[in-house]
Amino acid sequence: MAEVLVYVDHVDGAVRKPTLELLTLARRVGEPVAVALGNGAGDTAAALAEHGAVKVLTHEAAEYADYLVVPKVDALQAAVEAVSPAAVLVPSSAEGKEIAARLALRLGSGVITDAVDLEAGDEGPVATQSVFAASFTTKSRVSKGTPVITVKPNSAAVEAAPAAGAVEALSVSFSAQATGTKITGRTPRESTGRPELTEAAIVVSGGRGVNGAENFAIIEALADSLGAAVGASRAAVDAGWYPHTNQVGQTGKSVSPQLYVANGISGAIQHRAGMQTSKTIVAVNKDPEAPIFDLVDYGVVGDLFEVVPQLTEEIKTRKG
Amino acid sequence: MSLRIVVTVKYVPDATGDRHFADDLTVDRDDVDGLLSELDEYAVEQALQIADDADDAEVTVLTVGPDDAKDALRKALSMGADKAIHVEDEDLHGTDAIGTSLVLAKAIEKAGYDLVISGMASTDGTMGVVPALLAERLGVPQVTLLSEVSVEDGTVKGRRDGDAASEQLEASLPAVVSVTDQSGEARYPSFKGIMAAKKKPVESWDLSDLDIDADEVGLENAYTAVESATERPARTAGTIVKDEGEGGKQLAEFLAGQKFI
Ligand SMILES: Cc1cc2nc3c(=O)[nH]c(=O)nc-3n(C[C@H](O)[C@H](O)[C@H](O)COP(=O)(O)OP(=O)(O)OC[C@H]3O[C@@H](n4cnc5c(N)ncnc54)[C@H](O)[C@@H]3O)c2cc1C
Ligand SMILES: Nc1ncnc2c1ncn2[C@@H]1O[C@H](COP(=O)(O)O)[C@@H](O)[C@H]1O
Repeated sequence: MAEVLVYVDHVDGAVRKPTLELLTLARRVGEPVAVALGNGAGDTAAALAEHGAVKVLTHEAAEYADYLVVPKVDALQAAVEAVSPAAVLVPSSAEGKEIAARLALRLGSGVITDAVDLEAGDEGPVATQSVFAASFTTKSRVSKGTPVITVKPNSAAVEAAPAAGAVEALSVSFSAQATGTKITGRTPRESTGRPELTEAAIVVSGGRGVNGAENFAIIEALADSLGAAVGASRAAVDAGWYPHTNQVGQTGKSVSPQLYVANGISGAIQHRAGMQTSKTIVAVNKDPEAPIFDLVDYGVVGDLFEVVPQLTEEIKTRKG
Repeated sequence: MSLRIVVTVKYVPDATGDRHFADDLTVDRDDVDGLLSELDEYAVEQALQIADDADDAEVTVLTVGPDDAKDALRKALSMGADKAIHVEDEDLHGTDAIGTSLVLAKAIEKAGYDLVISGMASTDGTMGVVPALLAERLGVPQVTLLSEVSVEDGTVKGRRDGDAASEQLEASLPAVVSVTDQSGEARYPSFKGIMAAKKKPVESWDLSDLDIDADEVGLENAYTAVESATERPARTAGTIVKDEGEGGKQLAEFLAGQKFI
């Protein structure tokens, strides 16, 4: 069976969930071979083996943390040359897409970004994408070279599928471009203790209707009662009420949770682009004409300052 | 010496219009009004600010697209760019990101550059890969997805806000930069700017001007193939209640019914 390379997104050896989802998809197309780079690369092996990686190619070097994108492209290219895979799968983060594109160009291949599903096809893997703010679904494939495909978080279930996960050192020689862009400083995001926005099963968001940074406590309280991540519309972010990392939409995160709760959000096309594929959508908005109500499974026309605290209380009571 | 800045701008179908696919499964650009991608306005804005801070600089806006794409160039010129280049050729129809990056890279080289500035993503394709592809093709550093950017003494610096961390980046010119919509509001064209734009030069190049063969671009030669495009069924209308004092409890009841509580 052909091998499929899976680029591993990890933090000091802790594998992030989207990579485990990729392994599920990779198994539909071939035998997953994982590529883990940088500090802690070797520590990823147990989790990757548990989810189906037959091999884990690792390489540690300071370049991965000190320079932008290119060292990772060099390493992935070395892995492609070593393995001759049927496809390369990369998690669809901003960086993942840049790595995938440069790799594809070097391989003389096509690149598909932001797939939400992947199946084996007669002429190679077929990727499903959601386009034009999720109003269309397309199926595409790479028609030249080794397919390079980036896949969005929450596109597949994480499945246990124990495999050998044998660790092998990858040999990488860095290109002249590798040290072109220096990372001179790094401020890690502070953890809020809440789930990652793109990985969460439930997302509770607030928009302009929340009307102030301090009022986001109401949104956070609801999120915490449901074990949810907190999102925000661009209007709320631009007003400085909530950090940009939590923005949902075209120029923020795109989320596809089991449940999306929109509070004081009108539902502009750019916001919908980032949440329209959520399984269940509910909204609280005082304007019955707000376009968000076109999307909802359940909507409450009312003042969020009344409805949301009551909802939070009721959830707490029911959960005991 | 003059700082030569090339800004890549895309002409896209209006996101608030009824965007759809043509029969050949390319983006239909005829039936929906187009405009300068809003996210490229941020690139034009940063280019103009960098040019203002330099002793001597020239801002060229570059687009690859159909005849109407001139509207996008006009808008960028009326914001304050100095001149424009329009690459247009019948054979370009259906070109994908890999092919577009080839055309842009050749045009950028022909124009001459110290700094390329792109938007973070096009609002129609939303791939966010063209700037990285340009850096790869031009063999210069990529300094992308910046929410803050400055250029001084032949060095570009900026802040990239990633998922795990916010990073400070630095590279020497020439380089390819892309900026996000957090980089600062784009200016509106003034009346004077709009009038001045009418007199600014717009060059037109085709594939032969760039020494690109027709078999390197276009739908037939794309590296990816769209096999089908289906309109997503509209979400079925849900239940909408008016809050009469019990709205929160009613919503809780619904969520409990769906096993979220
Ligand atoms: C290129 C581009 C990219 C963009 N990217 C994004 C993006 O990534 N994400 C994004 O969100 N937007 C994005 N936008 C902006 C988008 O167009 C909208 O402007 C934005 O989503 C509006 O946010 P909002 O719904 O919070 O605010 P509004 O549209 O002002 O809506 C606020 C809503 O709150 C309701 N409300 C007010 N008070 C209350 C109350 N007390 N109780 C209940 N309801 C109340 C109002 O009825 C209204 O419906 C982008 C725009 C462009 C041009
Ligand atoms: N046809 C084009 N003409 C000019 N610039 C483009 C074109 N396509 C993409 N770009 C540039 O590349 C950026 C990212 O586009 P994309 O990778 O398509 O999302 C855009 O914001 C533009 O700056």
